[in-house]
Amino acid sequence: MTMQLKESAEQNLSSILYLDGVSVSFDGFKALNNLSFVVEPGEMRAIIGPNGAGKTTMMDVITGKTKPDTGDVFFKGAIDLTKHDEAYIANLGIGRKFQKPTVFESQTVFHNLELSLKGEKGVIATLFAALNDVEVGRIMEVLNIIRLTEKAGDLAGSLSHGQKQWLEIGMLLMQDPDLLLVDEPVAGMTDAETEQTAILLRDISATHSVVVVEHDMEFVRALKSKVTVLHEGSVLAEGSLDTVQNNQRVIEVYLGR
Amino acid sequence: MVDMINKPNKGPFVSLMTGLPGGGKTFLGILLVAAFFVPLSNTFLPESSPFYVPTYLVSLMGKYVCFALLALSVDLIWGFAGILSLGHGAFFALGGYAMGMYLMRQIGDRGVYGNPLLPDFMVFLNWTELPWYWFGFDIFPFAMLMVILVPGLLAFIFGWFAFRSRVTGVYLSIITQAMTYALLLAFFRNDMGFGGNNGLTDFKDLLGFDLQATGTRLGLFVASLIALALGYLVCCFITQSKLGRVLIAIRDAESRTRFSGYRVEYYKLFVFVVSAILAGIAGALYVPQVGIINPSEFSPANSIEVVIWVAVGGRGTLWGAVLGAFLVNWGKSYFTGSFPDAWLYFLGGLFVFTTLFLPKGIVGTAAVWIEKFKNKQQGSSPMQAPVPVKEEQ
Repeated sequence: MTMQLKESAEQNLSSILYLDGVSVSFDGFKALNNLSFVVEPGEMRAIIGPNGAGKTTMMDVITGKTKPDTGDVFFKGAIDLTKHDEAYIANLGIGRKFQKPTVFESQTVFHNLELSLKGEKGVIATLFAALNDVEVGRIMEVLNIIRLTEKAGDLAGSLSHGQKQWLEIGMLLMQDPDLLLVDEPVAGMTDAETEQTAILLRDISATHSVVVVEHDMEFVRALKSKVTVLHEGSVLAEGSLDTVQNNQRVIEVYLGR
Repeated sequence: MVDMINKPNKGPFVSLMTGLPGGGKTFLGILLVAAFFVPLSNTFLPESSPFYVPTYLVSLMGKYVCFALLALSVDLIWGFAGILSLGHGAFFALGGYAMGMYLMRQIGDRGVYGNPLLPDFMVFLNWTELPWYWFGFDIFPFAMLMVILVPGLLAFIFGWFAFRSRVTGVYLSIITQAMTYALLLAFFRNDMGFGGNNGLTDFKDLLGFDLQATGTRLGLFVASLIALALGYLVCCFITQSKLGRVLIAIRDAESRTRFSGYRVEYYKLFVFVVSAILAGIAGALYVPQVGIINPSEFSPANSIEVVIWVAVGGRGTLWGAVLGAFLVNWGKSYFTGSFPDAWLYFLGGLFVFTTLFLPKGIVGTAAVWIEKFKNKQQGSSPMQAPVPVKEEQ
């Protein structure tokens, strides 16, 4: 017991994201059931699982939207995420992309990125905020990365579905988070866009830790990352994509439906 | 695109200096012309002149200008932050009561009962001393401070609890309505010490100027115009800053804004308090021009009417709210004069018509038409007007 505790504490300290025994229930339904997993700094992790496996709830718990009933959630080893709200956690360095692309539709692409800029987010500071050259440069850089330079002055609402997904990823990059949580980034994308997105996320993972939730197996394969399979709120299997795809229980869960 | 990159956000002062939102300069120009033309016309033109503005019209328009400022304050929170307040009349009325209390104290011993300290209604209720919360209201600067502080403080307390508990949408609208209704009932009570049912009236003078005098009426009209122009500039300052874009972000995608690191509740609280203060100032200017303030100003229907003005003019357009306030109130004056029974049906019909056929209001719809026309002529990329693209859930 003591050994175990010590071990988990060590793991806890070196990891970027550490979930241990997290449970959340809504009206008796256990969305997360004793969920534990660890993401190391600089790691890219793909999370797969059938509908209702608890993927989105897991993201809600990490980003402070939902408080767990029991369990620990630590960021960078020592920061207890269960004690903070969304805005605080975002400023700590966790960026989240929603399943449905969520951008500020009535504002320009440029302003979407400006709003996501890392920095002081207080009311008065924001009222008097002005962009400096470094910040404009950073916005131009991200526009280039997400290939929306030509669309900088267009309303975000006028973008295609795939472009909105990219804009939202760009908004995460503006926040310059240590950990990116990306929920179904290629839903509704063409094959070419999917491929480009995989390359983009791999590039990002060179300098950030990334957790990607996805259904698309081709895309997960293209990410070339470790895979965690969720089922009914807990981890069913973990390993390379080939390992988990050959796991008997994973096959049962996926084919049994 | 080029425009966007050549002119990135240089801060709110530069934004305000280098450009107002579409039509802003024209709007301020009209206010300026009115501020000069109306007093000059009233004073120097003969009554037979077609350009003569009679004194009753000056007061009527002064009243509309106060309503316009109230509409502006509602547009700031509804149009930009998506906070639909159905109780903004409460802040207007509180500002009005603060001014009314000053005006009551100014009456001094010229009241019916001739009591130098107590207003008539207190003498009538056999009160022997002035309640503590009436102290200081004989001092004009103190009363003006209260015009700002009382609505601002109520908005702060109300907003603190509502926004921190993440009450949004219809639920927020309902509790704002409950707030104004609760105040209505409270102010009806005689022992509240605000004149009960009858409210505060029989005002004599303001800063020594006779309220019935034409000069005072002109002065109040011009003061209201100045307040409206300054209020408009404050709203432009806020909405053109980065904070304004955060507000629009909150309106369109609240949770995205939270996950981008903004404390949404503080932003809402800030703009709600600013808006309440503007509404309070509007109320304070309104009371000396109509000569009375009573609890009916708190009635929920009043607050709903303000929302209709904004919807008709165009939500999120600022001066559109002003236009809406003028048009609907002019319509109200006309209809209640000519067809007194039809007014409420007309108002209801107007709201249904606006919702169905002009969801962006007059100004918003006109902006879309102008945009289409320009695009046809130039075939250029669409420019963005800060018009709401969708209703909040």
